[in-house]
Amino acid sequence: MATAFSATLPLHGSSQENRLLLPPTRLPPPSSFLGSTRSLPIRRLNHAHAARRSPVVAVQEIVKEKKPTNSLLITKEEGLVLYEDMILGRSFEDMCAQMYYRGKMFGFVHLYNGQEAVSTGFIKLLTKSDSVVSTYRDHVHALSKGVSARAVMSELFGKVTGCCRGQGGSMHMFSKEHNMLGGFAFIGEGIPVATGAAFTSKYKREVLKQDCDDVTVAFFGDGTCNNGQFYECLNMAALYKLPIIFVVENNLWAIGMSHLRSTSDPEIWKKGPAFGMPGVHVDGMDVLKVREVAKEAVTRARRGEGPTLVECETYRFRGHSLADPDELRDAAEKAKYAARDPITALKKYLIENKLANEGELKTIEKKIDDLVEEAVEFADASPQPGRSQLLENVFADPKGFGIGPDGRYRCEDPKFTEGTAQV
Amino acid sequence: HKYLFIFTEEINFTAILTSPSISPLRHSPWGKKMAARIHGGAGAGAATALSTFNPKKLVAPSRTNLPAARSSKRCIVAAAGSDASKSLRVGHSQKLIANAAVATKAETSATTGTGHELLLFEALQEGLEEEMDRDPHVCVMGEDVGHYGGSYKVTKGLADKFGDLRVLDTPICENAFTGMGIGAAMTGLRPVIEGMNMGFLLLAFNQISNNCGMLHYTSGGQFTIPVVIRGPGGVGRQLGAEHSQRLESYFQSIPGIQMVACSTPYNAKGLMKAAIRSENPVILFEHVLLYNLKEKIPDEEYICNLEEAEMVRPGEHITILTYSRMRYHVMQAAKTLVNKGYDPEVIDIRSLKPFDLYTIGNSVKKTHRVLIVEECMRTGGIGASLTAAINENFHDYLDAPVMCLSSQDVPTPYAGTLEEWTVVQPAQIVTAVEQLCQ
Repeated sequence: MATAFSATLPLHGSSQENRLLLPPTRLPPPSSFLGSTRSLPIRRLNHAHAARRSPVVAVQEIVKEKKPTNSLLITKEEGLVLYEDMILGRSFEDMCAQMYYRGKMFGFVHLYNGQEAVSTGFIKLLTKSDSVVSTYRDHVHALSKGVSARAVMSELFGKVTGCCRGQGGSMHMFSKEHNMLGGFAFIGEGIPVATGAAFTSKYKREVLKQDCDDVTVAFFGDGTCNNGQFYECLNMAALYKLPIIFVVENNLWAIGMSHLRSTSDPEIWKKGPAFGMPGVHVDGMDVLKVREVAKEAVTRARRGEGPTLVECETYRFRGHSLADPDELRDAAEKAKYAARDPITALKKYLIENKLANEGELKTIEKKIDDLVEEAVEFADASPQPGRSQLLENVFADPKGFGIGPDGRYRCEDPKFTEGTAQV
Repeated sequence: HKYLFIFTEEINFTAILTSPSISPLRHSPWGKKMAARIHGGAGAGAATALSTFNPKKLVAPSRTNLPAARSSKRCIVAAAGSDASKSLRVGHSQKLIANAAVATKAETSATTGTGHELLLFEALQEGLEEEMDRDPHVCVMGEDVGHYGGSYKVTKGLADKFGDLRVLDTPICENAFTGMGIGAAMTGLRPVIEGMNMGFLLLAFNQISNNCGMLHYTSGGQFTIPVVIRGPGGVGRQLGAEHSQRLESYFQSIPGIQMVACSTPYNAKGLMKAAIRSENPVILFEHVLLYNLKEKIPDEEYICNLEEAEMVRPGEHITILTYSRMRYHVMQAAKTLVNKGYDPEVIDIRSLKPFDLYTIGNSVKKTHRVLIVEECMRTGGIGASLTAAINENFHDYLDAPVMCLSSQDVPTPYAGTLEEWTVVQPAQIVTAVEQLCQ
């Protein structure tokens, strides 16, 4: 079953057979708005069945054709940045597991081991003002986006120094500074929020006349692709040509539900063209392939050409959450994907192509180990939230708690700041 | 002495002495628009208050100030029967509320000329347009809000003025476009999300409950969600069960949102503006049958306080708490009650979440009897919460149990007669007051 997904389809083909399943549309002038009937483009759906039978071409080879002088996909600096980010993700998640079993964090904790290539591949291309929206498996997305390991670890411990003051937890990693828009517990819930962030970007450009080319990347899983919110947002994103990239982290399993058992057509990338956007499938265990696809998708979005749906074939090495016994997955399947560990693959690539040596990589690993240890110490030493924090962020304007029987706003009651007021 | 006070919607009003034999409501030249305040043996307290009554002092300062409204003496008046219905531009279908309080132009000579008359949906539009002019981040999204002008014409003309992106026609995907509005609010915009009918927002419940209400909290205060979610709800004229829902009962438990219900053109515009300016997510409940109410509202800019209740008719005997369309049924019942010698105090609670316990409490402390009249369902409705809140906070002041008149717990039937019996009618209100005041 998994082998069916190992075919990669490049985003840009140099030959006719590698033509992408994208309906050609005429681009309206930048000031007109697609939602209006006045400039409704005539779409000729490209029933390119030919593309399905085209020869499979790996992204690396295509890129080699485009850049004959440089056969490498990354520079040394970029390679080290990617490596460090993936090592950070892996170490952090391993430490989370340890801390969970030691009773330092509670509840539902969903670890990202094995999927680092997707997060690193996409998020390391973004700027600080670009937005990322994730699901409950969001620790590594937050780390890649720039939220400090300390803040994430403290949040997991439920301490006041956490990125959300301890109020969010594992499944709600938010950071206004780094434009990490969460962290959502229900699947599919974040996709409309991501669509809204992309809408703001378009609004800033077209209504407020600001120089804004921020893109939004929405991460979600294979299970979400059977959810209505996903389809509603694909429609709106394509309709309004929003600068958003929908990234499906297809790890084949939704807790215990195999993707093939729950989906009538398991090839998720095909759902993009149905809505008028390119659908791309990429090997999500290879950070360089993901990065190449991501570059194209992000550039497309920044140019105002609209959304892209990217399906990353990936795998989670651990269970769905730390409470999942993970009994349903076949050991052979797990072994096969473990052999395709993205970190090992990148390490091999860097060393073979003489971009880095063992020593440099070991230094990075040590640095990250220290960083994660320090984050745990910091989180341990941080205080728990006090009672006064209980009522504090319910409303942005605390007058929303209303007027009490004594005529004063409840938030003016001294007990309110103590957290003991009856609201 | 018996005094007949006529409260008009303009700033001035007149007091006339009249003899008790004339029923002021039908034959008086001022009969189009008045509330009768007849003091039977009401006691000296009321009479002395009247003698020092200076109409000019009651020029409501709260119209332009925000927090001072607590002592507002604004009153909405009940129109008399057949005359009023002729002056309305409505047909048979609106007969029921034509008998109730529909503000029409008073013929008083004391009209100052300030203010302009409009219908409730126009007031909403005016408020929305003013806020969109004032802040370019305010945008509207919903089904048919743009080119169609809104299914109840609240956004008419706005797409032509502000463009297709600021007044966004969405596809039919409530959950997704509500979520899109929330995402836009998190990243700097101030969307006004319209549900074509409030009932459709049931499809957006996931976004409203989880994201709208909670995100400010779960993000530790980092992201604000200054959205306004608005739309028409309530029982209409034989619209069927699914289009006649009262969602205030479903949304009221969601922590982190505020809910307000408008009932007159004045407070519709004021609440719309306040909701847009608020940093909190606000759900503004409009009513399908109230869109054609006409009233004169001030020319100058004003905002209504989101957390305050509105004193509709001061009284002594019993406190009647109501909101939205039931306000008019209550005012109609009030006419009958006044004729029978009762003196009800009518408060339009306006803020459904949170309750203005100060205004309500002061009233309870004065009258010691409470009747809640609402269109919400009996089970788990706004009245249920309000009953609990009053019992908890003002139990010592009550001389009788709090009575709550709500709609029947049935899906609203299509048949006109059945539908009439689902909602609270003025006759039931009169009976309830008589029962409570025994």
